[in-house]
Amino acid sequence: MIEIIFESIPSFWPEITLSLTFVISMIVEFIVGGKGKKSTGMTTGLIVLLGFTVTILQMPFQDLEPRLLFGTMITLDPFAAFFKYLIVAAGIIVIVFSMQSHEVRRQETVGEFFCFIAAMTFGMFLMAGASNLLMIYLSIELVSLSSYILAGFSKKLKRSGEAALKYVLFGGAASGVMLYGMSLLYGLTGALDIYSIQSTLAAGMVVDVHDWSFVVLMLSIIMILVGFGYKISAVPFHFWTPDVYEGAPVSVTAYLSVASKAAGFAVMVRFFYVAFFDSVLDLGKWGSLPLVDWNMIIALLSVLTMTLGNVVAIWQDNLKRMLAYSSIAHAGYIMMGLVVMSDLGLTAMLAYFVIYFFMNLGAFYIVMSVADRIGSEHIDDYRGLGKRAPVIGVGFSIFLVSLTGLPPLAGFIGKWMLFSAVIEAHYIWLAVIGVLNSAISLYYYARVFRNMYLREPLNGDESPITFSPLVIVITILFIIPNIIFGVYFGPLISYAQRSVELFLQ
Amino acid sequence: MQFPILTLITFLPILGMVIVLLLPKERVRAIQATSAVVTGLQVLLAILIWYAFDTAKTGINDIATMQFVERLPWIVIPETPWFGEIRIDYFLGIDGLSMPMVLLTALISFLATFSSFSIKKSVKGYFAMFLLLDTGMMGVFCSLDMFLFYVFWEVMLLPMYFLIGIWGGPRREYAAIKFFLYTLAGSVLLLLVMIGLYFSTIDPQTGVHTFNMIAMMDPANVTQGIFATVGSTARMLAFIALFIGFAIKVPIFPFHTWLPDAHVEAPTAISVILAGVLLKMGTYGLLRISFPIFPEMTLYFQIPMMVLGFVNIVYGALCAMAQKDFKKLIAYSSVSHMGYVLLGMAALNVQGMTGAVFQMFNHGTITAMLFLLVGVLYDRAHTRGLDDFGGVYNKMPVYSFLTVIAFFAAIGLPSLSGFVSEAFVFLGAFQTSKLWTILSTMGIVLGAGYMLWTFQRVFMGSLPEKWESVLNDVNGRELVTLVPLAIIIVVLGVYPSPALNWMSTSLGHLVDLVNGSTGQALISAF
Repeated sequence: MIEIIFESIPSFWPEITLSLTFVISMIVEFIVGGKGKKSTGMTTGLIVLLGFTVTILQMPFQDLEPRLLFGTMITLDPFAAFFKYLIVAAGIIVIVFSMQSHEVRRQETVGEFFCFIAAMTFGMFLMAGASNLLMIYLSIELVSLSSYILAGFSKKLKRSGEAALKYVLFGGAASGVMLYGMSLLYGLTGALDIYSIQSTLAAGMVVDVHDWSFVVLMLSIIMILVGFGYKISAVPFHFWTPDVYEGAPVSVTAYLSVASKAAGFAVMVRFFYVAFFDSVLDLGKWGSLPLVDWNMIIALLSVLTMTLGNVVAIWQDNLKRMLAYSSIAHAGYIMMGLVVMSDLGLTAMLAYFVIYFFMNLGAFYIVMSVADRIGSEHIDDYRGLGKRAPVIGVGFSIFLVSLTGLPPLAGFIGKWMLFSAVIEAHYIWLAVIGVLNSAISLYYYARVFRNMYLREPLNGDESPITFSPLVIVITILFIIPNIIFGVYFGPLISYAQRSVELFLQ
Repeated sequence: MQFPILTLITFLPILGMVIVLLLPKERVRAIQATSAVVTGLQVLLAILIWYAFDTAKTGINDIATMQFVERLPWIVIPETPWFGEIRIDYFLGIDGLSMPMVLLTALISFLATFSSFSIKKSVKGYFAMFLLLDTGMMGVFCSLDMFLFYVFWEVMLLPMYFLIGIWGGPRREYAAIKFFLYTLAGSVLLLLVMIGLYFSTIDPQTGVHTFNMIAMMDPANVTQGIFATVGSTARMLAFIALFIGFAIKVPIFPFHTWLPDAHVEAPTAISVILAGVLLKMGTYGLLRISFPIFPEMTLYFQIPMMVLGFVNIVYGALCAMAQKDFKKLIAYSSVSHMGYVLLGMAALNVQGMTGAVFQMFNHGTITAMLFLLVGVLYDRAHTRGLDDFGGVYNKMPVYSFLTVIAFFAAIGLPSLSGFVSEAFVFLGAFQTSKLWTILSTMGIVLGAGYMLWTFQRVFMGSLPEKWESVLNDVNGRELVTLVPLAIIIVVLGVYPSPALNWMSTSLGHLVDLVNGSTGQALISAF
């Protein structure tokens, strides 16, 4: 047993670095930090930033030959590495955001804030590779617990407290249901790791379709789906999302909407793709779960998710809340890739995540910067912003148009890939609903740039709003990939393909 | 490699946009001059293309006879064990179908630039958007790769939204978002069909899936995926989806409701672009994509399309007759005139098709001129109410003379260009369906009705007291925009054969492809 652990450690350095980052930052915070000493908060932030940088620098040296670590706990393959890059890159960006954000900096406990970002990132790294029911559950819980704390971070704000409480209640219920589902699955198969579950189910020994055991199996899958659905905020498990996204500090919202969602999708894809793959009768994906059309169930969830997200977003006047519903809708689009679960579908999901990373983080960054300057996230306060702050206005418009999915911006490439995957698998109706949803989404994204450019400022105040050069530079850094991946996306797709090819089955 | 003239004509405006963005916003003259120079160079390039264009080459579904072809690999993702090669080309080229449109786009953009000099509000933003729009339009007419086509097609939406929404009239917000949503809803359907065609088509040269429109036109290449079976429901739905996508742009009844709003609210120059070029993209798309790629469906829906053409002609004319706003009247007359294009196209014979494409060109020049004329009156009087005017003829003789040319061309009076194209349309349509052609001729009578009535209301009678001091005759800048169009209208009316020569070879080939032996063989299989 101990040899297995020692063997695995060399492949586990990024995760070890992350956990060390968490521990060291916590200790520093305890020793030098304390009430009223805001400056130490920034020190903690820098330590975490350093830790993340070291992590991302270690990753290219990892051998990505697909293999299992710590027995069957964690899978290391290019697919997991892809998500880890995404997660830690988002982590670095979120720390940079938070260091600028007044909302975060003005808190007394700002040091702890960064510690929990590190903990959450560590959890998401585990999620990206988790291949054992226990590991899946533990990593999801680690991420959830950290995010509960971060969501309620602005303690003095009523909406922040409300958000955290709602999050805890929903999260607790969802993970409870998932845990019960996992226990049922374990009871049926006698195995905890998804590869053994796969071989047991595929051998057809434990489950009889004419028997109660089949009902139990179905029940357990649905329960596990609840847990994953909550993590990626798929309808109907999304109710926490708008409140939490609105109540949490913007940087946390950005992190939840990009990294946490990506990790959720990573673990979900791995679990559903591997565990129920029928290799014996050669029925392929979902092959071990006969009689029920799981593709159809995921497709329906996807349709519900994108439609609800887009339709409800139309009525939102708070931009954070609007982006929350928009991120629900985007989860719906990404689920289309899960429906087909083909190679092209998975590639499309991965490519979409990279693009979504740039457009969504960019949009949240603008909302955060503007809120810091004018103290509001209300859509009416964006009136005339295009004239008052030209770079911010242009940047926000580009991010929103990219989110809509119009060429020549990156968002289009993401959508194009997803729709291609769906059409290749002959889910034409799903593609039709998807593109019509894009058209709906234009309406509420356009409301924002309408206010920025077509309308005069609310009280006639046309004085320019100045932003620090750093804000301008970061905005431009987000604009560039949105344009480059829109016109030259070959390397991106090629990288996504390579990450899918060696997916360990 | 030959001189990349199409790349130049397409991306010159982008270069202009970058220069405009770099100029400080106070330097209005410099910004205007940059746009004028860029669009002027575009016209020169277009004339060069016209000069070097070989009218004997067919194009359409034959790469070898496409002209000014530029083909470079754009996105190449090499083949791997799990994935086939993905290849998207940067593929430009023109033939007799697109050449008139390239000329038209260059010309109208140039004239619209001059008309835009009256814009006073954030000039820098205006011209940046204007030039981006220009690139989008030119790109659509030059692309032979469907992915590229789609990118250009969508690039136009955002600038148009802002051009209507920021510089438009009182209800500009409503008009702008309506335009944006309508056209996006149409183009996403186009996106789906495009993806479907990609998975169905194999490029014979490379052996992998392709967005190459020319490869898609050969049934021998379309052998996989959902569009493989000729006459299948999937192909029918695809044709309908494409048709709706393009019909919204044309606009064809019942998808036309965005047009009057957009036209009325848009500033004059943008109305000119909208009527002069943008509407043509819908019919161009039908001819470039729908007809040759789905020939059996084109034949199947031939009569329904003619009926829609008839509805457009008569409904547009009736609506125009009821308008009290000068600009709205011209907008509805556009709906009516685009009906002729659809009628001629659907006839699927050489006369009808030639008439249709020639009508696209003529409508571009005539309607652009009409909108410019309305703009002249509006700039002076700040109203477009037809009943507010009278006796303008006495005060503005040159203006009235130019209006007479445009009006009569719109009615289709012989010796003006509108007549030639409409005559060809009817000549072609009559061979295909006597009933709908005869019914459609009502449009001419109605057209004469509303045009002459408008002329009577605005130009005849006595001039109301309040206009006495405001209405001055056209100035030099306005003449620069109006006179070239008037000359083109008269010259092509008297001597249309050069223009007809540009297109006849290609269109004859297109008709053959759809309605000839290949198309007939496909429809019999269906």
